[in-house]
Amino acid sequence: MHLYALTLQRATAITAAIHGNFSAPKVQEIVVARGKLLELLRPDDAGKLQSVHVHEVFGIVRSIQPFRLLGGNRDYIVVGSDSGKITVLEFRADAGAFVRVHCETFGKSGCRRIVPGEFLAVDPRGRAVMIGACEKQKLVYTLNRDSSANLTISSPLEAHKAHTLCFALVGVDVGFENPIFAALEVDYDEVEEASAPADAAAGLVYTKLLTHYEFDLGLNTVTRKWSDPVDPTANLLVALPGGDDGPGGVLVCSESFVTFRAPGHPERRCLLPRRRDMPADHGLLVVSHALHRQKDLFFVLLHTELGDVLKVSVAHTGAVVSEVVVRYFDTLPTSVALVILRTGFLFAASEAGNHTFYQFQGVGDDDELPAASSTQLEGVALDGEVEAVLIEPRALRNLVLVDEVDNFAPLTELRAADVTREGSVQLCALCGRGPRSTVRVLRHGLAVAELAVSELPGTPTAVWTVRTSAAAEYDSFIVVSFVNATLVLSIGETVEEVTDSGLLGSVATLSVQLLDGDSLCQVHAGGLRHVRAGRPISEWRAPAGKPVTRASANARQVLVALSGGELIYFELDALNNLVVHDKKELGQDASCVDLAAVPAGRQRARFAAVGTWDNYVRLIALDPDDCMQVVAMKALPAPVESAALLDSAHAGLGASTLVLAIGLSNGVLMRTSLDAQSGELNADTTTIFCGARAVGLSRVQLGGRAALLALSSRPWAAYAHNGRLSLAPLSYDALDAACSFRSEQCAEGIVAVAGSTLRIFSPERLGEVFHARTLQARYTPRRMAVHPSSGLLVVVESDHHAYGEALKARVYAEAGVNAAALLPSDAEPPPEPDDADDARVEPPLAEAVVGVPRAPDGRWASCVRVLDCASGAAVCVLELPDNEAAFCVAAVPFKDMGGEHAIVVGSVRDLALHPRSLTAGYLRVYRLVGTAGAAGSASLELLHETPTEDVPYALAPFHGRLLAGVGRTLRLYELGKKRLLRRCEARNLPVLVQSVHVLSAERVVVGDLAHSFHWLRYRPDENSLATFADGTTPRWLTAACALDVGTVAGADKFGNVLVSRLGEDAEAETVDVGSAADGYLGGAPVKAEEIVQYHVGELVVSLQKQRLSAASHECVLFATNMGGIGALLPVRSRDDIDFLKHLEMHMRQEAPPLCGRDHMFFRSAFFPVKDVTDGDLCEQFASLPMTAQRSIAHELDRTPSEVLKKLDDLRNSVL
Amino acid sequence: MAEMRASDRFSINSQLEHLQSKHVGTGHADMTKHEWAVNQHRDSYACYIGRPSMLHYFAVAEGESYGRVRFECMQRMIQPCGPPPVQKE
Repeated sequence: MHLYALTLQRATAITAAIHGNFSAPKVQEIVVARGKLLELLRPDDAGKLQSVHVHEVFGIVRSIQPFRLLGGNRDYIVVGSDSGKITVLEFRADAGAFVRVHCETFGKSGCRRIVPGEFLAVDPRGRAVMIGACEKQKLVYTLNRDSSANLTISSPLEAHKAHTLCFALVGVDVGFENPIFAALEVDYDEVEEASAPADAAAGLVYTKLLTHYEFDLGLNTVTRKWSDPVDPTANLLVALPGGDDGPGGVLVCSESFVTFRAPGHPERRCLLPRRRDMPADHGLLVVSHALHRQKDLFFVLLHTELGDVLKVSVAHTGAVVSEVVVRYFDTLPTSVALVILRTGFLFAASEAGNHTFYQFQGVGDDDELPAASSTQLEGVALDGEVEAVLIEPRALRNLVLVDEVDNFAPLTELRAADVTREGSVQLCALCGRGPRSTVRVLRHGLAVAELAVSELPGTPTAVWTVRTSAAAEYDSFIVVSFVNATLVLSIGETVEEVTDSGLLGSVATLSVQLLDGDSLCQVHAGGLRHVRAGRPISEWRAPAGKPVTRASANARQVLVALSGGELIYFELDALNNLVVHDKKELGQDASCVDLAAVPAGRQRARFAAVGTWDNYVRLIALDPDDCMQVVAMKALPAPVESAALLDSAHAGLGASTLVLAIGLSNGVLMRTSLDAQSGELNADTTTIFCGARAVGLSRVQLGGRAALLALSSRPWAAYAHNGRLSLAPLSYDALDAACSFRSEQCAEGIVAVAGSTLRIFSPERLGEVFHARTLQARYTPRRMAVHPSSGLLVVVESDHHAYGEALKARVYAEAGVNAAALLPSDAEPPPEPDDADDARVEPPLAEAVVGVPRAPDGRWASCVRVLDCASGAAVCVLELPDNEAAFCVAAVPFKDMGGEHAIVVGSVRDLALHPRSLTAGYLRVYRLVGTAGAAGSASLELLHETPTEDVPYALAPFHGRLLAGVGRTLRLYELGKKRLLRRCEARNLPVLVQSVHVLSAERVVVGDLAHSFHWLRYRPDENSLATFADGTTPRWLTAACALDVGTVAGADKFGNVLVSRLGEDAEAETVDVGSAADGYLGGAPVKAEEIVQYHVGELVVSLQKQRLSAASHECVLFATNMGGIGALLPVRSRDDIDFLKHLEMHMRQEAPPLCGRDHMFFRSAFFPVKDVTDGDLCEQFASLPMTAQRSIAHELDRTPSEVLKKLDDLRNSVL
Repeated sequence: MAEMRASDRFSINSQLEHLQSKHVGTGHADMTKHEWAVNQHRDSYACYIGRPSMLHYFAVAEGESYGRVRFECMQRMIQPCGPPPVQKE
C-alpha cells in the first residue's frame, strides 16, 4: 500500500501572533503561527482580515517574534521551531512569500527539554535576540547590519544554567543601555536536594525567580545580573516601554495578581478584578497580553483565562512607578494571542472557535467601574487579605467586532455523511470547547452571499453588465436577453429599466461589449450595432438567410459566427470605427466562439477559440500577418457547449500563457494551457466533471482578477489562488448565465440568471476549500452518530469544570448575575437590529463570548442533542442530570427491534480524571420517535438504562447486537426488555477500549487507549471473544477506521497516522489454538504489522474511509484537532508511486522546509515514514521558480505542466 | 589502539560526567527509580509544551483553557513525581 497524503483544509487554530510591518514600511500586518504553518494576514480597507500568504514549514513553529533593526522600517520575523535552529525570515512583497534570511543551528531537532526554541525574546531596540528552552539552555544572538545593509547574525553566546526551568522570557526595554532579557525561572536542584516530605507538606518547596540577563555589548558576554523572588504562580512577563517612553521594567503576571518589577525599585502589586461568580479559591490566570504604545501613552491589555480583558495603566515619572491601575476593559473569547495594530484594531486569536478582529472605540478611561490599584496593597503582607474588585461581563463597550476568521479548532470529530438528505455527502465537524462549541456542516466549495433576487418577465437566456466608459469604476447597465427581446436595466440606487441606452430592445442579444472610445457594441441575430456617444449609430447587417448565431467581443475586437459556418471578424480602426477585418469559412456551424481579453499594451488579442458541432475546438490567429489561420485544433469526446480563453497574466498566474477552458455538453469541463505566442496546446489537459448539465462558461472578476464561472447543474468558479488556478464549486443554485457585476454597494459581485429570476451575489473568502454552516452547541461535543433512516445527527456533549443548566442557574442567582440577560451558548444569535430605535435595547450577552461559571474539579455537565442539519434546528436536547457526562454514542440496529436503529449513549457519573474513578457508568438505549424533516418533531424516548462498572467509551453495532468497550472490557450486549443483556466479553485489555471496529462477522478490532490495536475473534459456536493478535508498539490511539478485513488505520496522540495489517494467514495460524492461547509475556500470539507510518504534525482525532463525491476516489479522510482536514489517497499504479517518490525526493532538495527542519526527519518524528508521499511538499512544486521546476521535471522525464497536471489530478480525485 | 584504550580508561569518568552535564537526563549506574521517573516526566512535559496540538487536546479533556494547561505542564516540571523518597542511610 502506498498513500498520498494531502491537506484539504489547513489547520485553523492559531498558536502565536505578532504584528509589524513585514511586507512594506507602514503596512500594518499580522503574522500568525498555526502549528506548522506561518501565515501573513492583512486587514483591508473595510477592516476585513485577508490572508496574504500561507506557508507550511514542515516543523512546529513554537514561538515567533517581530524584529526590527535600529533605524529600519520593516520587521523581520524570528522563529523558534523544533528544528534546533533559529530562523530569521522576511516577507518579500515582490515574491509574495516568506524568505529565509538566516538559519543558524544550535542543537538537536525535536521538541526537547533543553533544546531552545520554546521561548523567544527580542531586544526592543533591535540589537539582540534570546532564544530559550524549557530547561537550562538560553542563547543570545546579536543581529546587525553589514556594510551593504544586509542583516547579519552573530555566533551564539550561552546563558545556560543547569537545573533551571524557564517559564517566560522577555526583552526588557532599557533604552540604549546594554540589552537585558528577563526570565521567570525555577531552580529545581534545591527542590530535589533539600526537600524532605515534611517540607513539602509545610508548603512550597521552590522559589520562582525573576532573573535579568545582561548582554554586555562591549565585552560580548551574557551575565546573570539580578535575580529576585516573585510570586510562585507567576506565568507571564510583559515588558513595559523604557528609555524616554516609559518606566522600563516588567509586569509579572501571576495567579490573581499583576506586579511591576524592576531592579532597585519597590514592587507595585495589584490584585486583578475578579468575576462575581468565580470561586474564591481559584486563582485567576492571565493567558495572553498585548502592549499598545504611541508617542505619549502606553497601556497593556491582559486577557484572563475567563475571557475578561483588563487594561493595565502605569503611573510613572521617569523610571519611578507610583501606581499600577487595572481596569476592566471588555470581554472577548479567551485567546491564545492578542495583537494591537497601530491603526486601532485588536486581533484576538481565540483558543476555541472563530478568531475575532475588533476596532477600538475607546480606551476604557471614562469607565465608571471601580479600578483595582496597587495602592490598595501597599503595606499589606504577601499573604494578607484584600478585597478584590468585582466585575461582571458586559457587552462590548470599548471594542466593536469587525471581522471573524473561521476556526474549527479544537475539533473533536469529523464524519462524512449525508446529514442534509440532499444526495451527496457533507462533512460534519464537532468543533469548539465549552460554551464556544459548535457543530459545523462543511461543504466543498465557496460560500456565496446573496445580495438580491428579482423576478423577470419571462425566462432570460443571457445576461451582461456594461460600463458606459472605460474610466467608469462601476457598471452602468445590466443587459438581459430573452428569446425575442432585450431588457436594459440601469444600475444605481435602484435597478430600473432604461430605453435610451441605444441598444436594440426588440431582438435577442448575443453579445454586448464596451469598446474602446466608450462605445457600445450589441450583436444580435440580424447583425451588429455600434452605439457611439454623440455620433450616429452604425449598423452592420448579416447577409440574408445567414443570421448571426454566436458572437464574442472584447475591447477592440468582435467575432461573429453566421449560420452556415462563416466567421466574420471586426476590429476597431484608428478612428474607432468597427470595420470588417477578415472572414473565414468554417464549413461547419460554430457552437461557440470566444475572444480573449486584449492584453495590456496591445492592439488586439492574439487568438480566438471557435468550437464546432463536429466536436472540435479550433484556435484561430487574429494577427494581421496570419489572420484567420487555424493554429491549433483539439478533438473532444463530446459536443462543445462553450469555450473561453483566459489570459494567465490577467488571472494573476504569472507566466504568459493562455488557459483554454472548454465546457462540453456532457457536463465535463476541460482545461488546457497554450503558448501565448504560437498558440500551441500543451499536453496538460485536466478534466473535471461539473454536473449533469452542459457546461456554460462566463468570464467574471474574482479577487480582482479575471476568472471563469462554469455553469452546469452546479456553478463552479475557476480562479487564481496562491499562484495556481483552482476550481471550486459555488454553494448556490444552478445558474443559466452569469456576468461580473460591480457597483457602489458591491465591489465584486456576479449577476446571473436562474430560471426567471435575476440574482446578484458575491463569493466569499476565496481560497477556502470548504465552507461551513455553523450550528450552536451547549457543551464540548465529543462524539456523534448519524441515525440512518432519518438522517438526523445525534451529538453527545460534555464538559468538565462546568455546571449543568439547573446548577448554573443557581450559581448565577447566588452571585447576583442576571441570567435572563444572557444568551445561552446553544441559542442562535438574534438578528442584528435594523434601525436605530432597536439599538437602544441591550442585546443579550452571549455565553459563547463571556463564558459560563467555572465549576470545581469533578463537576460535569452534559447533554445529548439531536440535530436536523437540513433545517439547522436542534430537534431534541436531553440534559443529563446528576453530574453525568456522556462520552460515546452509536446508532445500533438491534435484532430485537426489527432492524430499527436505536441510539445508544454511554455516560459516566462523577468521573474523576486523574486517576480515573467514577461512581457509575450507564449505557442508555433510546428510540428516535417522530418524524424528521421540515416539521421536525422527533424526540428521544428512553427504552432503558444499563449500569456498567467502568467508563463506556466505545460502541459499535455488531450483527443486530451491541459491542461496547467498558473500561478494559469489550462486551457484547443484546437488547432486553428492561436492560441490555450481557452475552459475552473479553476482559483484561490493557488500559481502556478507545475504539471498536467490526471487520467481519467474526473479527473485531479494538483500539486501546495506550497499547495500539488488539484483534479479537468472535466464535459464534462458543459465544466467546478472545484476542488473537495485537501490535508491536505501544500506541496512544486517538482515532481508528477499518480499511478491510485485515487492515485498520489508526492515529496516535503524537500526531502519527499508521496502517496496521494482519498477515493473510494470521487467523489460520491461531485457529487451532484455543481462545486461551497466550503469546509471549501476556501478548497475543500473532503480531500485526504496521505497513504505513506518517507523522502529520498535528493530533489526528478522526479517521474515516470515504468517497467525497460520486466522481472521486475512495480515500482515508482525517481531521486534526487544530482544525485541519486531510486525505490519504491510495496510489494504485506502480508508475505513479515511482513518480511521486522521485518528485518528493527532488522537492526535499530544491525546496527544503523554511525553518530548517529536515522534511524527512519531520515526517519521521516518532516512527520512520513508510510508504507515504507528502502531497503538501509535492504541491509546493507550483511555487518554485520556473528554472527549478524545469530541472525537476526534466529529471522526471516530464514537462513542468505535466507534473502540475498530475498533482492537480491527484487532488481532484479526492474532492 | 591498546594504549588509547588504556588512556581512555582514566578519562572515562570525566567523559561521562561531561556527557551527563551536557545531556540532561542521561542515566548513570547509581540512578534511583525516582530520578529516572522524574527525568522521564520532565522530558514528557517538555514535549507536550512544545506541541500545541497536544496541549489543545488536554485542554479539551480537562475543560481548562489552553494557557492554564500549558502553565500547569510547566509547573509540574518542577516536581513531577512528588518529593523525593527519604534516603535510607
